[in-house]
Amino acid sequence: MTKSTLSEKAPNLSRRRFIVGSAAAAGGGLALGLNIPFGVPTASAAQAAAGNEVNAWVVVKPDDTVTIRIVRAEMGQGTHTGLAQLVAEELECDWQKVTIEQMTPGQNLARKRVWGDMSTGGSRGIRGSEDYVRRAGAGARMMMVQAAADQWKVPVGELTVSNGVIRHAGSKRSTTYGKVAGAAAKLPVPDLKAITLKNPQEWKVAGKPMKRLDTAKKLNGSEIYAVDLKLPGMLNAAIKQCPVFGGKLVSYDEAKISKRPGFKKVVKVNDSTVAVVADTWWRAKTALDALPIVWDEGPAANASSATIAAHLKDGLTANDAYADINDGDALKAIAGAAKKLEAVYSTPFLSHATMEPMNCTIRLSADKAEAWVPSQNAEASMAALSTSSGIPLDKCEVYNHTLGGGFGRRGGTQDYVRFGVAVAKEFPGVPVKVLWSREEDQAHDFYRPISQAKLTAGLDASGNLETLMIRVSGQSINAYLAPHNIKDGKDRRQLQGLWKTLAGDAQIGYTVPNLRTEYAMRNSHVPVGPWRGVNTNQNGVYLECFMEEVARAAGKDSVEFRRALMKNHPKHLGVLNAAAEKGDWGKPLPPGVQGRGIAQFMGYGSYSAATAEVSIGKDGKVKVHRMVLALNCGHAVNPDQIAAQVEGSVAYGLSATFYGECSVDKGRIVELNFHNYPILRLAEMPKVETVIVPTHDFWGGVGEPTICVVAPAVLNAIYAATGKPVRSLPLKHLKLA
Amino acid sequence: MAQLNINGKTVDVQVEPDTPLLWVIREQVGLTGTKYGCGVAQCGACSVHVNGNLQRSCVMPVSAVKPGDRIVTIEGLSPNSSHPVQKAWAQLDVPQCGYCQSGQIMAAAALLRAKPKPTDRDIDEAMTNICRCGTYQRIRAAVHLAAGNTSAAAPAGDSATVQA
Repeated sequence: MTKSTLSEKAPNLSRRRFIVGSAAAAGGGLALGLNIPFGVPTASAAQAAAGNEVNAWVVVKPDDTVTIRIVRAEMGQGTHTGLAQLVAEELECDWQKVTIEQMTPGQNLARKRVWGDMSTGGSRGIRGSEDYVRRAGAGARMMMVQAAADQWKVPVGELTVSNGVIRHAGSKRSTTYGKVAGAAAKLPVPDLKAITLKNPQEWKVAGKPMKRLDTAKKLNGSEIYAVDLKLPGMLNAAIKQCPVFGGKLVSYDEAKISKRPGFKKVVKVNDSTVAVVADTWWRAKTALDALPIVWDEGPAANASSATIAAHLKDGLTANDAYADINDGDALKAIAGAAKKLEAVYSTPFLSHATMEPMNCTIRLSADKAEAWVPSQNAEASMAALSTSSGIPLDKCEVYNHTLGGGFGRRGGTQDYVRFGVAVAKEFPGVPVKVLWSREEDQAHDFYRPISQAKLTAGLDASGNLETLMIRVSGQSINAYLAPHNIKDGKDRRQLQGLWKTLAGDAQIGYTVPNLRTEYAMRNSHVPVGPWRGVNTNQNGVYLECFMEEVARAAGKDSVEFRRALMKNHPKHLGVLNAAAEKGDWGKPLPPGVQGRGIAQFMGYGSYSAATAEVSIGKDGKVKVHRMVLALNCGHAVNPDQIAAQVEGSVAYGLSATFYGECSVDKGRIVELNFHNYPILRLAEMPKVETVIVPTHDFWGGVGEPTICVVAPAVLNAIYAATGKPVRSLPLKHLKLA
Repeated sequence: MAQLNINGKTVDVQVEPDTPLLWVIREQVGLTGTKYGCGVAQCGACSVHVNGNLQRSCVMPVSAVKPGDRIVTIEGLSPNSSHPVQKAWAQLDVPQCGYCQSGQIMAAAALLRAKPKPTDRDIDEAMTNICRCGTYQRIRAAVHLAAGNTSAAAPAGDSATVQA
């Protein structure tokens, strides 16, 4: 792509129309409908001359330090470091001199989205930007080498570059990136699409276990999360929504709290939400606790976990389900099966419980709107800021901080920005920080959807699986957040991981002659949304625990039974084999271990398998001793950070397995803090061994894919230990003693 | 009105006596490395040292701080992040999102002061802070590393097996 081509392809739309239009279509997200950032100009000559910007992604200072620009959000998953590694790899700079700079959505908008999509979810941070960031690094390298060639008046092909040093062997001359960056910035941009990127197996910086670039500030309290922000004159707000979803605010008695220290104002945020503003958050929070509020709890005031469960149970047999896969004739085949099995499973609502509760700081003035956020999609934050404040996008700016956890909670919904704007409107020109209490954070999440599943298997006389039917009944994320994604009443998303093709990036790993998958939508009044791993978590439990039951009914080894069905799925099989081998499948159990289980599943373009070793104490408490996780994510950009994600996914998955449950009583969530919504603690953490099995022929995700095999591997290990299947989560309800 | 000794400095604060120490540290003193996670002493993100002892500051009213009590927050644990726990945390790249890590580091520092060579069981009992990212495996290894328990600590960069 030449420079002129880049310019010609700039979208012929006003920026504002373009962005707002796509935001409306995407339900609040700016990103959907747009692709990679090529097709718009990179660095303009004026911008380049203003600094040491070689191109939009790479700034080289005279002291040879390299700043790599990033727009994806960092929430602990290591994407910033991984993306910097990919740029640095092609750039051939000195990794020790690399720092990163997070660009804002305002900057991205002003430069026609030169940095592309800022959303960070679906384990897409690396795989969704690897191609254009590597090309950006390569392009910057080519421009700097060209600048040296021009200066020395030698053919560019005679130059070599390594660690930011350019050499001409013939004349024994050398220079550094810092010395030529200014001249390089004025050169034409090379045709980035024509660049041949390095073979990943030749990587020197990418592919290596580099240390994270963002650790130091996290060790001494100097990392400023959005919740830590201090601005001159800033006020603080505590917030409360009607505890029952769908209820309304009727009235409150401001006079009862108006004389409290530091009190400023009660603000009606929307029909169901009230905020108290004070000088400090603690004063705002305690004043809110003391504020008499009358709610109309609305139509769901009598809903409970039992009424929701009954609604879902109906969906297991009702006639309104749609079939996503219908291979062979499952209904007929099951009737003639030599042996038939059926089991019903269930999983509950779960909150995200990010350690940093929801928060946002907003400052509104007549011609400027600013937001300081922890956001997985700073462009969606800016869209929400603009639409709720009425201030045009080009007068909005969003400063995204390192997130104190995201896990899907801080993506498209942007409730914290909308609520923050409503409060800040009452205080023009004054920054207002709105912070949820932990209780409020638990009470008003977008929960992992509740579901049940009925699985039916038909075996032939030899114990071969001839028929498999999967009926999922449960709540739909799309119905709540993105109804336009439901086509003809068919919501495929809830069957994630059970899809037949790779197109949805989570393909079922078994070939069964008669295979039927069905989804019956059964919504409740509880808001739902994506939760790290999304529907692969529940569907992984359903499929892999049932496969265990079927293998045992067939009298076959769990691994051998699966392998026989996986001949057409070599990558699924590859991770299953890797986990089995490293996890000592078939070998005697170590002392103290009573059961070993295995599971495999796919999500986010990557293939995962796990083994678990468990024991059950005299008190009935399950202990997980060791887990082996095998992951094929295609290319492995930073093996140490992949291991960190895998280790973390085990903790996240085990919290859900043992404890995770948001139950409903009188229309509201019962579990409001960590005393009754426990999170796995260090003493319960098993030894985790990560086996990365990269096949180097695709780009898969890392942050989410391995969670979905954690619970089924553990449940299958409990089955092995006790001889009884576990069909319902969490384990805290299971009586084993 | 309360007078506090935080990180070796004396600070006067105007605050209601039932205000939790956490919020005094964050909002009056302005040190934000100590985090709010739950407000009910469950998660430990607010952990500080009071006279060398580990304290979950979200449930300690400022009125319970006695004159002369020495409060140390993450910002005062060491100059230049040089405490052995901080160095071990860096070496093993423990943090992910990092939000809980101030509290984890303060808990680990208190553990090592009480038990310079902790066993796994000691670590299990002392390190009860919640990490939602699930960095527990590295926390355990880093505590061992900081203690010089070399046989128990995993070497950095050796966290995964990569099959060719």
